[in-house]
Amino acid sequence: MKEILIASLLGIAVLAADILKLRKFIFPISIIGLLGIIVSCIVDWGHNEIPFAENGGMLLFDNFALSFTLVLAVIALFWFVLTRDSFSNNSGQTDIYALILFSLCGGVIMVSYTNVILLFLGIEILSIPLYVLAASDRKNILSNEAGFKYFFLGSFASAILLFGLALIYGATGSFDINIIADKAAQLGGTSTLLMVGSLLVFIGFAFKVSVAPFHLWAPDVYQGSPTVITAFMATVVKTAAFGGMYRIFSGSLYSFIEDYNLLIAMLCGLTLILANFIATRQQNAKRLLAYSSISHAGFMMGGIMMCGTFPAKYLLFYILAYSLASLTAFAIFQKVSAMQNGLEDTDAFKGLVRRNPLMAGAMTIALFSMAGIPPMSGFMAKYFIISEVLKGGYLWLVIIMILSSVVAMYYYLKIIMAMFSPIENAGRMVISSTQKVFYILLATLMIALFFGAAFLEVIVW
Amino acid sequence: MLALVIVLLPLLFAGLIFLAGANLSRTLAMAGGISQLILTLVCIVIFKQGDPNQLLAFKQDWIGPLGMSYNFSLDGTSLVMSLLTGLVLPLIIYSSFNKAFKNPHIFYGLMLLMAGAMQGAFTTSDGLFFYIFYEFALIPIYFIILIWGSGENRAKVTMKFFLYTLFGSLFMLIALLYVYQQAGSFKLARLYEAGQAMSGIEQAWVFAGFFIAFAVKIPIFPLHTWQPSTYDAAPTAGTMMLGGIMLKMATFGLIRLVLPMVPVGVADYGSWALGLCAISVVYASLMALNQKRYKLLIAYSSIAHVGLLAAGILSNNAQGIQGGLFEMISHGILTVGMFFVFDIIESRLGHDDMKKMGGIRDVNPLFAFLFFVLVMGSVALPITSGFVGEFLLLIGLNQYSTALVVVGGLTVVLGAVYMLRAFQLMMLGPANGNTSGFSPLTTHEKTVLILVVVLVLGLGIYPAPILELSEPAVQNILLGIF
Repeated sequence: MKEILIASLLGIAVLAADILKLRKFIFPISIIGLLGIIVSCIVDWGHNEIPFAENGGMLLFDNFALSFTLVLAVIALFWFVLTRDSFSNNSGQTDIYALILFSLCGGVIMVSYTNVILLFLGIEILSIPLYVLAASDRKNILSNEAGFKYFFLGSFASAILLFGLALIYGATGSFDINIIADKAAQLGGTSTLLMVGSLLVFIGFAFKVSVAPFHLWAPDVYQGSPTVITAFMATVVKTAAFGGMYRIFSGSLYSFIEDYNLLIAMLCGLTLILANFIATRQQNAKRLLAYSSISHAGFMMGGIMMCGTFPAKYLLFYILAYSLASLTAFAIFQKVSAMQNGLEDTDAFKGLVRRNPLMAGAMTIALFSMAGIPPMSGFMAKYFIISEVLKGGYLWLVIIMILSSVVAMYYYLKIIMAMFSPIENAGRMVISSTQKVFYILLATLMIALFFGAAFLEVIVW
Repeated sequence: MLALVIVLLPLLFAGLIFLAGANLSRTLAMAGGISQLILTLVCIVIFKQGDPNQLLAFKQDWIGPLGMSYNFSLDGTSLVMSLLTGLVLPLIIYSSFNKAFKNPHIFYGLMLLMAGAMQGAFTTSDGLFFYIFYEFALIPIYFIILIWGSGENRAKVTMKFFLYTLFGSLFMLIALLYVYQQAGSFKLARLYEAGQAMSGIEQAWVFAGFFIAFAVKIPIFPLHTWQPSTYDAAPTAGTMMLGGIMLKMATFGLIRLVLPMVPVGVADYGSWALGLCAISVVYASLMALNQKRYKLLIAYSSIAHVGLLAAGILSNNAQGIQGGLFEMISHGILTVGMFFVFDIIESRLGHDDMKKMGGIRDVNPLFAFLFFVLVMGSVALPITSGFVGEFLLLIGLNQYSTALVVVGGLTVVLGAVYMLRAFQLMMLGPANGNTSGFSPLTTHEKTVLILVVVLVLGLGIYPAPILELSEPAVQNILLGIF
């Protein structure tokens, strides 16, 4: 519960700081607050706290919730540090920080609910600030389009999800996931109402995590939104959505996953094929990264598909490995693009190794990690999912996953090639020493997590 | 413990070189190469004494429940491969001293990083780690070619190389995972056990997966198309790494993973693979005959030689495997020598068009003589190392099938044709305007060539130590003992 309180109070504190003309404290306060969330996650570990238990309790901070919250906070922390100087001459900094923190608060609720109404509230708290943020580059028509599109399709998805929840309530008579689980076990696969409800909930989530064929909003929204916001959407939002999805589908609605396993596998395959092949045709680097992000959703969907036997910690490991790499990529793209008057073409990366070798190195590691080349964390992440899917008997899906990794490597190499191609009179790109430290930290983490995958076996929840 | 050290040592040196900066990079790289050689020799001595203190094995759980472990051990075959790295790596590093690289610390750092990865693949007894090292070695060489390579379209060439190899090795990953599902562990001994217990048709599929991966890297027709352009675009030291050591990961993989894991698959379907090897040998030899440029000639001749090498290993008998192991060392050393000759010619003439050369022997007899010894090694004349390797390979093939040995013998015959033709075009005849100013060899160039020639002759005259080293391990593979 502390985590939600800290996140929401932090958002209010940021707004208050602006009113009190203490704008320069906004950044340090946010960092301290996020560190507070991280610490409280560690302190609460293993306590299984149920806030307001006397009134029924709609949240449960078990180790699942705490570890997802921890990852959310860590990614948010990296986001704050890496994007800091893009706000230097932007008066909207306060609003954006506050909205980001409220959105984070929604994310924490999405991974810790035990009552599906709270799940819906979490999604809305997460999404509504994001609709605003997507359109926050007010003078840019693409950003406006992104905000509108995201709002329109996002509310559509929320409505479908809510409808699904209502049907599930109709079938089981409860909003509590434990009671739903009991009822669902009694009903088995016989209840059409429950199955249709589950399907609608699944579709609602599929929209949020951008799995094909529900991904069509993602490229436009990712491309149109300001890059820093895209970085947030591609990481924190995906983490929260997959956390929320795993929480409900591995327990209460597992019969749906069991009965429609093949369908989900086909969606995985479709996502991987579509996203990767369309990505190869992209000139715009931001759109390319958007499609790459969709293809990763296809991979993570493989984890959801196998959630009966696939421990959530492996899914979280994938999310963490992907988020670190993705955040690095978007943050560096933002700097590179800003330096060249908003050029978003892959050519914007040309000569980055001359401009700033450290950033080129970090970007290379991030791209190799996303492609799943050892010894980067992305390899272990993909390995866990692939080996689980193979155990499930889906050899064809494994082959699609592996071949799509080669296709993905192709478009990642395009960026790498651009970075290492020489250009005339490349100006240096200067970044603050804090950022240098964080890029080194991120690069090290992306490699260290490969070996650190061993700790997954130690963690029990 | 030493098995771990021998893998970490080059990686450690790579880190040192990255940090130490441009000035110290050469010295450190050389020190890294030499210490690799010394450590290998120490390991061989310990191995000969029977390793009473278990110094040559290292085992530590990584992800225990999933059967993944840091598992390194040096047996006879691994030691031969270490010797290959230990001999060839310092040679390559030393041979590159005549070049001034931009950012030498990055260049040499990447070289040692790559050497570490390859040494890891040669030493590990864990299937997953073999795959990890196999794939990881790709990253440094990709950057070596991309940054220090030559040619306008090298970005495209490197991309083709990278994707091709990655595409191939993913088939290995699928095959490996399939066997792992039944073994529950990546330990090689467990993988062998599980692999041998599989039905014939399963073994055939697993064999196919591994073979595709290795056939790309070796390379074997029709998966060789990346090789000539990549060899051409790479800086000479990079080409030497590729041809001298890197492709041996694949031929070693055949010995280490394929033969013991899927013996029935190899017995049933090995003839298909051998057929491809034979096509590869003939095709590459014919291509080599028609090359105008020396570097491409060497690239194609390399395909022919390693085609024979792979065929010998897949014939799955003692002579074939022993010959394969020996030929790996011999081919590694000869590759360095041949590409160094390219370097010498290119630095003086600015091109490597053989038609425009001629008469270099008159101008520079010492160079012509040293080159001639290398040519003899390449065409497998007795008392050169090439002879020992290829002769054993041919005996091995002969036991498998007489038809194949005829095709295999063609490598030697055709090899003699195109190598001698090249020698004639380049060295003999009257000197022309291009070559009359061919300056004498520098001390550095002499040293490298003489070292290579001494090794080629030395191993040709006295090959016994290497053959003895690997013999027990090869017998174990054939008997299915692990």
